[in-house]
Parts: sequence; C-alpha cells; structure tokens
Amino acid sequence: MPHSTRPARVGEGTGVRRTLIGFVLVISALLVVAPLCVIAVEAFSKGVGVFAATIAHPDTRSAILMTLATALIAVPVNTAFGLAAAWSITKFDFPGRSLLLILIEIPFSVSPIVAGVAYLFVYGMQGLFGPLLQDAGIKILFALPGIVLASMFVTAPFVARELIPLMQAQGRDLEEAATSLGASGWQTFRTVTLPNIKWALLYGVILCNARVMGEFGAVSIVSGNIRGQTNTLPLHIELLYHDYQTAGAFAAALILTVIAVFTIIAKVLLERRGAGRVRPIVATLGTAEAKDQP
Amino acid sequence: MKIALDHVVKTFNTFRAVHDVSLTVESGELVALLGPSGSGKTTLLRMVAGLEFPDDGHILFGGEDATLIPVRERGVGFVFQHYALFPHMTVADNIAFGMRTARAAKRSRAEISARVAELLRLVQLDGLGDRFPAQISGGQRQRVALARALAVDPKVLLLDEPFGALDANVRRDLRRWLREIHAELGITTLFVTHDQEEALDLADRVVILHQGKIVQQGTPRAVTRTPNSAFVMRFLGDTHRISARAQGGRVELGALTLDAPDVADGPAEIYVRPADLEWTRSGPGLAATVTRVIDRPGARRLQVLAGGDVLELDVAPEVEVAEGEAGQLRIVRSRIFAAS
Repeated sequence: MPHSTRPARVGEGTGVRRTLIGFVLVISALLVVAPLCVIAVEAFSKGVGVFAATIAHPDTRSAILMTLATALIAVPVNTAFGLAAAWSITKFDFPGRSLLLILIEIPFSVSPIVAGVAYLFVYGMQGLFGPLLQDAGIKILFALPGIVLASMFVTAPFVARELIPLMQAQGRDLEEAATSLGASGWQTFRTVTLPNIKWALLYGVILCNARVMGEFGAVSIVSGNIRGQTNTLPLHIELLYHDYQTAGAFAAALILTVIAVFTIIAKVLLERRGAGRVRPIVATLGTAEAKDQP
Repeated sequence: MKIALDHVVKTFNTFRAVHDVSLTVESGELVALLGPSGSGKTTLLRMVAGLEFPDDGHILFGGEDATLIPVRERGVGFVFQHYALFPHMTVADNIAFGMRTARAAKRSRAEISARVAELLRLVQLDGLGDRFPAQISGGQRQRVALARALAVDPKVLLLDEPFGALDANVRRDLRRWLREIHAELGITTLFVTHDQEEALDLADRVVILHQGKIVQQGTPRAVTRTPNSAFVMRFLGDTHRISARAQGGRVELGALTLDAPDVADGPAEIYVRPADLEWTRSGPGLAATVTRVIDRPGARRLQVLAGGDVLELDVAPEVEVAEGEAGQLRIVRSRIFAAS
C-alpha cells in the first residue's frame, strides 16, 4: 500500500504540482481538443445528409484520390531517399558528409511556400526548364507531378532524420561483423541493418505520410487549385471554406483529421511494440557493463 | 596459416596510423599487438582482417598476397571490441549467421544446428542458444562473439581488445579459457590489447607498438627482461626513473656503481621496477628516507625519497619500517638508457 502522505521532493509542492498540471491540461484542451471537437461538430451541423453529400461530391472524391496518389508516390520515394541518405552518412566516410547532413535539413527550415514558389520558377512557363518541358509535352506544374515534387521537398528530411541518429549510435560494427562472416551488402542490409532500424523507419514513414497528406503551402502554389482535378484534400478544404460552404469544409476536414488520428494511433502502437526492441540494441552497444559474470 | 606484413603503411587524412610495419605471425601462433591508444594496433588488426586497406605494403596469408582481398572473402574470424552481436537474433542465430550466408560450402539446416550446438559447448554456453544478446552477461557475449567468428572455420582469428569491456575477474577467467581454446584448435591468432598484463599472460609473442611503429617484439620473457627502450620499460609495468650520468660505460649513483656498457657518455636514466629495489638499514647503497608505507595483501610498499626522486619498492610483510626512517636502497637489477 502506498503511503497516503509522503514528503514532497524538490520542487514538488502541492501548489506547484496542481498549477503545472492544470496549466498543461487547460492549454491542451484549448489548443488541441477544442478545435478537434469543433471539426466533428461542425461537420455534422447541417445534418448527416450534407456531410454525406460533401463526401460523395466528385470534387471531394477527386481531392481524396489526389491526396492518396501523392502520398503513394511521395512516401515510398522519400523512404528510399531517407534510407539511402542515412546509410551514406552513417556508414561511409566521404568529403561533403556534413554538407549533405545540412542539405537534408533545409526543407525543415524553409517555409513550404518558398519551396512552392521555387518550383514554380524551375518548372513554370517562365522558369528554367518550363519551355523545354512543354516542348516535350510533359506537364509538371498544375498537375500531379508538381504536387508530388513539392510534397517530396517538404517531407524529404523525415525518414532520414529518424534514421541518422539511430544508425550513428549503432555504428558500423554490426555491418562489419556481418561482412566478415561472409554476408553480401544486400544480405547485410536485409538481415542485420533493417531489423535494427525498422521501428525508427516505420515511425519516419508515418510522420512523412502525415505531412504529405496535410501539406498545404507548397502544394497550393504548384497545384493551381483546379477543382476536381489538381486539388488535394487540404486545398479542397480551403476552397470549400472560401465558398462559404462551412459544413462541407468541415466535413472534408474531418476526413483529413480521421486519417491523421489513425496515423497517430499507429505511431503510438508502433512505439509500444518498438520500445521493447530498441532498448536491447542500446544495451548491447554500451561499452560499460554494469555487471559481468563469466 | 602464416601471416606476414611487409612494410605496411596506413594514413588517415594526415594522421599516420601505421608507419612501415613488417611483422610475421607463424602458423598456429598466438600473438598480442600491445600498445597505448593511438599506437596503430587496431588499424593494423583491421588491415589484416580486410576491414581497412593499407596505402602501401603487402599483407600475405600463407605466402599468398591478401592485401586487397576484402574481408568477406579473406577467411578471417573477427571478434569486435564490443562484440557486435546482432541484437535481434538469438545466440544460436548469431552463431549460425556465417554458416547461413556462406556462399561456398552450403550446409544443411541439420548440419548448421549441430555445429551451433558444438560451438556452444566449446564456449561453455550450452542451453543459452535461445537467449538474446541483451539477456546474457558481458563475458557470455564475448564468448558468443568468439563462437560466431569460429563458426566459419576461419584461417586466422583476430580479436580487437577482446576483454576490454569486462571486469577484472571475468577477464582473468576468459584469458585462461581463450588460451585453452587456442591450444585445442591451434588456429593462428592475433589480438590487440592496451593491457600489458593481458598480453604477457596470454600471448606466445608480444609485439609492442608505439606511434604506428613496432618498437619491440619477442616472447613475454624477452620483452619484460630486456626491454630495448625506456618506452617499453615504462609501458610494461610500474617503473621508476633515476637521473644519473654515464661515464666510460658506468653510472655512479651515490655509493653505487652500475655497469652500463652500451650507454654513451652523458646524461643517463636508470629505470627500476619496485621489485628491483631492496631496502636495507645499512649500506652500501643509495641513501633514502621513507615517506609513506602502504600495506598491501602480499607486501608492504614503501615510498621513499632518494636524491630528488620518489621511488617505490616492496618489502616483506613482516619488515618493521616506519615513515620518516632513513636507510639504504640496493639496486638488484636495472635498465639504463641514455637520457632522451
């Protein structure tokens, strides 16, 4: 049985504790919970009929498909990129390694809208490759390729950033050991590297996916907002909102939110399952052994 | 398999890690590469393994040039400093890894599990095959790492600081055990250590490295009894230095005269170990005053001041001596080098 009263530890006066917890709860409620509730309530404010009609509307369906298609291309490509980048940076020594590390981080610090404008100038009609691409009959801007490119730029760091610290901590010993035991590069990656990074990799993929699906700024510049054609879900929400179709906007927002909530649930589940796996890795790599028995 | 290194050079950026090293390890020999950190011993071992490649020089395996053969095809067993066990695989799967990936000589499932069982017995870990590396002790991990390296029937066994991360008792046991395994398998073995006790205890021959060069090599007896430099003398154990002057092949020290036939005239340094000094109340010897007495299980250690130098020596437990007492030191044996 726990003691009903126990001496307070440093900084743990009842007043401090209650104030802090209360503060965090109120802020979370105001900033996170309330808007989510509003979305759900507003989505159904004009009745289930309007909600269903919005979902069933071809423009909404097109936006959902557009978002899914973007994610389906951008996430795998960025996963491959992230893996390759993390592998190169942590397993090889080459000049420009730290420069590459900085390059990968750039999309984190650049505003997505800047990325969108940049793409406009690279691939647009007045841009660098615009005329060339038009001659070749390739449409990048105001079409799926442009949306995918912009989304990929924004989410490029997600997988790499998850993997690099982990792979750096793991070092090269495992791969060297596998190679010394006769494994090929691919065998080493598949049987040794991948199992040890898979939770971090999945986590990175989930974050990347969430961001791709929710990206607004960069995509809004390059998509051209063609209703029913190049609108993604976030763009479609904005469109509906500006058309004073509030209930419709909230209905579309609810879909995006539900996808996001599922993503977070998946992430939490993975973390739970992953937690038991990650710790032993650190334990085996640790140099100091607390207790050794022959 | 005999290993020969022929004028091997390795530079990292501007740091010369290994500087023109030539070394021969006879077939079946157990050799220690001993040196302080940064002496190039691990780089040397990694080049023998094929994990690094020399900038210049050759590495021969049994007369064949293996310099550029990658680790995957070199046929060495490598035991990493922190074991590098695959954390997501059981002990048995770790040991079986090399047999499953081997391109040549594919073995059947039954053959592999029989070999794993045999190796687990060899490293005295029967019954632990189902555990994960995180569930066994450091000493056990070390033995799994060795079993895994032996599983591929290597021509050469290479160990990088094999006992570095273990505590003293485990280390002593494992040393004896590695010696037995080596005697049983007779496999050419090269290991790296910075611990001189480990090298002397375990190896047939000790190769001492300093700043990327071999400074001395020989049997434990040869390197301990006739160190060829002040560095080797100091590195191999507790050493005290007494400054003196050499003149005509002799060094005068207080009432003592020591022979130093190979030392040029001029400033010289006399190196002695605690066991090389004897304490007497009456001369002839080097006048000294006891500054501190430390009682240890097997002896009493005296710290004494002789001339300007603080020296240490051991006396038998029953010797009565107190701090502040004056007496004489006899130098039983010493090594004398010209002052550098």
